[in-house]
Amino acid sequence: MNLTLLTWLIPVPPLISFLLIVLVVNRSKALSHTVALTSVIISWIMSWIVAFSAIAQGHHYNEHPIHDHVHWLPTGDTFLNMGVAVDNLSAVLLVFVPLCIVAIFLYSVGYSNFGKHLDDHDLPGSPPHHGIEPLYSRFFAYLSLFAGAMLTLVVADNMLLMFMGWEVMGLCSYLLIGFWYGREYDNPKQTPPRIAAIKAFMTTRVADVFMLLGIAYLYAEAGTLNFRDIFFNEDLMYTLTHEPAVIGAFTIAQLIGLLIFIGTVGKSAQFPLHVWLPDAMEGPTPVSAMIHAAAMVSAGIYSTLRVFPLISNGGGHGANLTMDIITFIGAFTALFGATIAVAQYDVKKVLAYSTISQLGFMVAAIGMSAYVAATFHLMTHAFFKALLFMGSGSIIHGVEHGMHDVHEHIDPQDMRNMGGLRHKMPTTFWTFLIGGFALSGFPFVTAGFWSKDEILGDAWYNGHYIVFTVLCIAAFLTAFYTMRQISLTFFGKPRTESAAHAHENVWTITLPLVVLSFFAIFAGFVGVHAKFPVLGELFGKNPFGHWVELALPEAMIPAHFPFDWFPVIMSIVVGVGGLTLGYLIYGRNPMQSADDVDPVKRLLGPIWTMLENKYYVDEFYYAAFIKPAHWIGETLTFKIIDRGIIDGVIHFVASFFWKAGEGSAAVEQVAIDAPPDRMADGVRWTGDAMKYVQTGRIQNYLMYTVIAIAAIGLMFGFLLA
Amino acid sequence: MEFITNNLLPLILFTPLLGLLAVMLVPKERVGHVAFLFSLIPLALALVLWTGYDFAEGGFQYVVNARWYPSVNAGFHLGVDGLSVPMVLLTNLLVPLCILASVKVDRIRGFMALFFILQTGTLGVFLALDLLLFFAFYEVGLVPMYFLINQWGSPKGKRELSRGRVMSARQYASFKFMIYTMAAGLGLLLAIQLMGITQGTFSLPELYETWPTTEATFLNFASASTVKTVAFWAFFVAFAIKVPLFPFHTWLPDAHTEAPTAGSMILAGVLLKLGAYGFLRLVIPLFPEQAGEAAPIIAFLGMLSIVLAAYSAYGQTDFKRLVAYSSVNHMGFVVLGLAVVAWAAGGNAVDPTTAAIAGSGAVIQMFNHGLSAAAMFFLVGVVYERAHTRNLEELGGGIWQYAPIYGGLLIFSSMASLGLPGLNGFVGEFAIVRGAWPVFTLMTALSMLGLLMTGAYVLKGIRKVLHGPINPHWADHNMEINAREVVVMAPLVVLMLIIGVWPMSIAKIINAAIVSIFG
Repeated sequence: MNLTLLTWLIPVPPLISFLLIVLVVNRSKALSHTVALTSVIISWIMSWIVAFSAIAQGHHYNEHPIHDHVHWLPTGDTFLNMGVAVDNLSAVLLVFVPLCIVAIFLYSVGYSNFGKHLDDHDLPGSPPHHGIEPLYSRFFAYLSLFAGAMLTLVVADNMLLMFMGWEVMGLCSYLLIGFWYGREYDNPKQTPPRIAAIKAFMTTRVADVFMLLGIAYLYAEAGTLNFRDIFFNEDLMYTLTHEPAVIGAFTIAQLIGLLIFIGTVGKSAQFPLHVWLPDAMEGPTPVSAMIHAAAMVSAGIYSTLRVFPLISNGGGHGANLTMDIITFIGAFTALFGATIAVAQYDVKKVLAYSTISQLGFMVAAIGMSAYVAATFHLMTHAFFKALLFMGSGSIIHGVEHGMHDVHEHIDPQDMRNMGGLRHKMPTTFWTFLIGGFALSGFPFVTAGFWSKDEILGDAWYNGHYIVFTVLCIAAFLTAFYTMRQISLTFFGKPRTESAAHAHENVWTITLPLVVLSFFAIFAGFVGVHAKFPVLGELFGKNPFGHWVELALPEAMIPAHFPFDWFPVIMSIVVGVGGLTLGYLIYGRNPMQSADDVDPVKRLLGPIWTMLENKYYVDEFYYAAFIKPAHWIGETLTFKIIDRGIIDGVIHFVASFFWKAGEGSAAVEQVAIDAPPDRMADGVRWTGDAMKYVQTGRIQNYLMYTVIAIAAIGLMFGFLLA
Repeated sequence: MEFITNNLLPLILFTPLLGLLAVMLVPKERVGHVAFLFSLIPLALALVLWTGYDFAEGGFQYVVNARWYPSVNAGFHLGVDGLSVPMVLLTNLLVPLCILASVKVDRIRGFMALFFILQTGTLGVFLALDLLLFFAFYEVGLVPMYFLINQWGSPKGKRELSRGRVMSARQYASFKFMIYTMAAGLGLLLAIQLMGITQGTFSLPELYETWPTTEATFLNFASASTVKTVAFWAFFVAFAIKVPLFPFHTWLPDAHTEAPTAGSMILAGVLLKLGAYGFLRLVIPLFPEQAGEAAPIIAFLGMLSIVLAAYSAYGQTDFKRLVAYSSVNHMGFVVLGLAVVAWAAGGNAVDPTTAAIAGSGAVIQMFNHGLSAAAMFFLVGVVYERAHTRNLEELGGGIWQYAPIYGGLLIFSSMASLGLPGLNGFVGEFAIVRGAWPVFTLMTALSMLGLLMTGAYVLKGIRKVLHGPINPHWADHNMEINAREVVVMAPLVVLMLIIGVWPMSIAKIINAAIVSIFG
């Protein structure tokens, strides 16, 4: 089988599906989801054929990886090429991304109430109450485009094609977050979807313009954007990593790497550009899973992994400000996100901040040159976070059913309105439990444990003790807020009627949960440290690590670190400890009523309020950036510069000419126009004088006639006489 | 067929006048359709030109050189190269769409007649290889545009002048457009005369050879370099107004906002390109040295256009004015690319790939902006025709529920205009950023602020028109786009997508031209 052709074709089916749904089949909802699902299943099969064929070739694969390209844009005598390639890194993404996408597509069928009748009260642009989503076909069109863009990004052999997939995904996330564009909330503080969509697009765009500069810079310096042509070209890499950049503190490679990393900060919602992600929860839940687990945020990490040879300065040692910045942002975000997640009530928002925090783990890992660990965590996180998001969607859906049955009006996403769902929604409960334990890093049996442990071990071995400590605290908080979430939703007694009447969802929703649970457990065993007692040997001595690191040129592969018990014990302690503490506080004495005060809130007081308000970052941005932008646009550039200064000068000049025109007109009046004007005046004066004659009264006219006849008679008489 | 290929350029130039004749003769209710059919003739000829132009060979082709004005040695000299062919195609593509967009205007006979004159004038500029002829056509295009704005512009609207004087907005706008362009033309004409007198010819291919190196003085009191500098700035200001470049841009938001829909489409789609085309065809090749010296200023002004216009667009409440400002913003990128070409032409050391990318990027951006700006103005016109307001607050959002197809088209065009990769706008922008980065690093970096704000104003437009709870105010209006209007949009949409995915389709010919002119 021609693997190269197959690689070209991977992103194509969903893109065709998008066009088909938009142009042809959108009137039939069943046909729309059939087209969409079929397309992603085809892509999934093709991806796995390509990926596992590559993996089967083992360690020699990277000597002759799949790659192909065509001329895309003529640039003088040369061409900018576009192409596809599968290296050891993209092969990993080809394994887990399409699988998650298929799960999400299937889940969407159930989530959008397929099979139910269209409720007449439901409007396009608002969430359906009980019937099928009015814009069902459109939803699958968007999802298809999203999937096509993500797969394009994965198989891209160059930075520009990757950026294209990246931006189209940005568009899709905008469209999907704002999918319920007509939704309005009673509470003015709650962000409606259409605003959340703009926020997501604009925040990531801040990052993207930097990334664009980075790409332009790379292209200008390297003369190509093809990853392999750059990273495996030793002479070029030597120049890039040794020449100082336009900003002196960096080498060219470091500055380009930093600019591209800023793109990741936006896309993967790292501090300070994390603000869009929690509001992105306004989108339908499958979208949250897509954006936050399978696709978009993964793309962010993936892009930084891609340019790892640049940011790590060719794997070189010595001062590297870029790596320091990346480590700092990652570690800070990991802790920052985890603290906020502790104080959220919205079941999806907890997961949103959890995502921010987990991505921080990966970013920090990259910053510490833990290339393999970052990739590993990227993969396991995609599985268990997609699972958790879809699980939360299932919970919300269940509560909404309850709401519908008992006609109660509550916030179905607020965990305080839940409780006791364990018995109502058993499949959701067990799968959510697995996902939550994986996220918490429950030792040995969950994937999250192995990948998180890998990051901690790397940090410990390489002497990043501060980062190690910060990440341990973050991991502890992760386990804690996860147990809080599980306890609040599933344990205790239902705190509302709706929760009491919630019930399990249809199979299209639960099947994806079960499939992903499998991977949330077993995906971790491929990356167990080779020297881990018993298990390392049992699971094939870390096949994952040995495969992924070969994506890098040989000289840049970071050294393997020896096995050490201390970080392992630490990750067990923080994982189990956090879960236990969470259970002690929230599980053993569950909240009795939806109005109860959160026990930790009582403890923390004002700190809790600050966490609940996300450190007021949104408020700060509004005052510091958004309001000034309004003012600049409406007042400074438009009213003052354009209308005031420029047009003012023009009008002034014009009025000068106007005056001059009036002056010359005056001269003309006296010198040239006067005689004819006087004549004209004479005529006008006569006319004015005579107009009183015309009164419009018959008797007057008769009288004039009589007078006139008399006068004429007199004249004749006079003349004849 | 041979007759056509032998006389292709004169045919392209004058077949619009056939349309003019036709609309004068047919009954009034047929004018729209007849005009549309006749406008397809120049389009077909332009396609013949597109396929017939041999870009492997490059240079001026289909050249016609007839006696025209022998006493001053000016000839009827036409020819096309890879710069003009895309512009001719763009013009002749947009005119039928504009005509189709305006089959419902009142006093349609006059409207269509003016449109055909406008088309001939514009094509003349792109085809002329003689400076005097260039100028003549440049002015010919001006007059119909004035009347189109003045007579068919939006009837409502007042424009406040200084000291509380108020005048009708379309009068103000048409007058401003006229005065600005005339003022631009004045310097241009004098500079052309200066060149003609000193060199004894107006032929461009000859002037390319002689003028940059001439040592001729003018009337023995101005040195050659003074003469050239004066002529350069006259050219510069003329075309900077036309582009328009900050701070000569304020005529544009007024003219584009007040013009009828088709007028705005052709203004943004083609007439602005005359300015950028003037830079590439005349200013930089004729004044390489002066252009090289002025390049940093050009880049600076380009950057200001990008950033300030993006902010201004964001600050608008009038949807059409928002789109108008977006034109200034997009043309700023063209100018940034031109600045790199100018810098390279001035003999400064620039990697030839960089200059080529910037140059082709600028031309690609010209073409692409023609498509997306025309689409955007048309879509604003569609909603205006139904709602009778362009005010974003009065529209109030919540229209997408009534008009799903319109909404889809608006989002598509907005994204093309925003520069979404995969659609046409991105190709030019990326090429320009790539080309400008090594030469004008700081200006390029600052322009990114404009690119950011582009996102802000585009999304603002979408939100204020489409998004929001279903708007009962428009319930009894038929807000959805109709079939005729979809037909207008269809070619634009298809081209925006094709060029975005496969830019080679137009970039090949443009790249060849840039390399042969500046390489």
